[in-house]
Amino acid sequence: MIAFILRRLVASVGVLIAVGLIAFVMFRYVGDPVNQMVGIETSAQERAELRHQLGLDQPVIVQAARFLLNAARFDFGVSYQFKQPVADLIGARMPATLELALVASILSLAAGVPMGVYAALRRDSALASLLQALSLIGISLPTFLIGILLIYLFAVVLRWLPSFGRGDVVRIGSWWTTGLLTVSGLKSLIMPSITLALFQMTLIMRLVRAEMLEVMRSDYIRFARARGLSERTVHFRHALKNTLVPVITVVGLQLGSIVAFSIITETVFAWPGMGQLFLQSIQNADIPIMAAYLLMIATLFVIINLVTDLIYVAVDPRLRVHINRA
Amino acid sequence: MSEIAAPPNEASGPRRTLIERLRDNDLLASFLKSKVTVAAGIVTVILFAAALLAPWIAPTDPFNPATNYLSDSLDPPSFVAGGDPRFLLGTDDQGRDMLSAILYGLRVSLGIGLCSVALGAAIGVSLGLIAGYAGGWTDSAIMRIADVQLTFPAILIALLLDGVAHALLKPASRGESAFAVLVLSIGLSFWVQYARTVRASTMVEKNRDYVLAARLIGLSHARILISHILPNVMGPVLVIATINLALAVITEATLSFLGVGLPPTQPSLGTLIRIGQNYLFSGEWWIVTFPSLTLAALVLAVNLLGDWLRDALNPRLK
Repeated sequence: MIAFILRRLVASVGVLIAVGLIAFVMFRYVGDPVNQMVGIETSAQERAELRHQLGLDQPVIVQAARFLLNAARFDFGVSYQFKQPVADLIGARMPATLELALVASILSLAAGVPMGVYAALRRDSALASLLQALSLIGISLPTFLIGILLIYLFAVVLRWLPSFGRGDVVRIGSWWTTGLLTVSGLKSLIMPSITLALFQMTLIMRLVRAEMLEVMRSDYIRFARARGLSERTVHFRHALKNTLVPVITVVGLQLGSIVAFSIITETVFAWPGMGQLFLQSIQNADIPIMAAYLLMIATLFVIINLVTDLIYVAVDPRLRVHINRA
Repeated sequence: MSEIAAPPNEASGPRRTLIERLRDNDLLASFLKSKVTVAAGIVTVILFAAALLAPWIAPTDPFNPATNYLSDSLDPPSFVAGGDPRFLLGTDDQGRDMLSAILYGLRVSLGIGLCSVALGAAIGVSLGLIAGYAGGWTDSAIMRIADVQLTFPAILIALLLDGVAHALLKPASRGESAFAVLVLSIGLSFWVQYARTVRASTMVEKNRDYVLAARLIGLSHARILISHILPNVMGPVLVIATINLALAVITEATLSFLGVGLPPTQPSLGTLIRIGQNYLFSGEWWIVTFPSLTLAALVLAVNLLGDWLRDALNPRLK
């Protein structure tokens, strides 16, 4: 078991170093960092000085190592566009994105799993067919269209909810800001979180339904029924538990991609988060921010993958036996 | 099916070519069985035809500044009060006829979608064939890259590739190269699924008698891969490609909506929606509604076709 965890850890660190090197290549070779930082009238000597100061005249391996070490300490250099440290820029916007992603994740799980179970158990009911049809539309419609539709309905026509921003935020500690404690903050959160959650919700629902249908057909469910167990016990103790094994993997990955997909939602709702910052950096070719964002997302995904693997082993006893033997 | 029509290799086991599988599955019959699938097929054909014929059926040329008058800007659709009969779906802020803009936008969206699917499939199928056939460290190297890429959402990879391309290109040439940049970034972010599927089938196929026979008569590896193994692993690729077309169109629309895709001078459906969103609050609903509906119809129809194709070609569901 410990060997398994160690192996996964080594693989994760390998992925991170690979992504870090990609980020370094982007930072170093896509556009010249010095040209981005100075004006046109800067003399060649000043440029050379800056080059030396930044360590760009040292061997590439030294530069790469320094880039990775700095990144490990959250030092990603200075943004070309804002002339501020990238870590500060990202730090200021991180709470908005994480709050949105967290609420959306909870929403998609809390609604997706029960809907999937229902659609599988009552597969011939009208509501189940409706859910299945709606889920296809949910998967087909791009996120930004759903956002625009919600804005049109609830902000333009009904005027119930604000269409942009986070509302009033409360500062907690030195850098965290939250919109969860004010009325306007909560109101602002409703539409973006639904928009962000909808795609994952439909995906989770379809997956739970498919897995549940598969499990319900298996022998041990038939035997559980034959033993005279109540439908409730069969469905929730036997079937749902086994359904969740493959669901966990997919859901884990999906929760990670919520942070990535928040780029779109943040643009639609002018949500002041990391996604917007990343998008601006792409439009302005602001490589330090792009490299930092890439590394942060990679770290997040690697952690999620690792945790998912561990939960997977914890939930499925067959895997534990397999790993211990290997 | 009459026994006379049975192909000679029918007796040799489950291995059959795509065309035989298509016929044996009675593809047409299963297509006609579901009304939803037929409707999706009709919508797809209409939209493809509209995109293909846009220059001939569009009432105006939205790219020609000489025929766009600012005095016509923001006209509502012709069927509501105050509409101009010349503009069936109204006009946008630059006086462009929305119907024409949508037809041309559809052309651009589908063009990018098809090109990027072709690119992604070409890369994925080639790498999958090589990985499955060669095995060993070639296989591990390719599949490792695939694993790492698969952990990131495609839209993120497309955004990053797009960003790097922006940084490398001079601002002046961005407009002209936007199409190619989009095809490249979307195509490169969708190859993994093909590679995994093709690799798995190739690993099965390469041990079959016909491959051993081909080797025995001294055919080159390239020849064996291309003319013998490739035709036998293409079935699932078709299904993935169909579903990926919907994904590619969504990705392109999303990138353009985010403002990193096609410029307003060369609008795709996503760009039109981006423009239209600005007029949502001032009441010009038609600018955002009609491109959105077109996009939704296209993606939904292609997705439904993909679903049907997957079920129809899946022998386990028979």
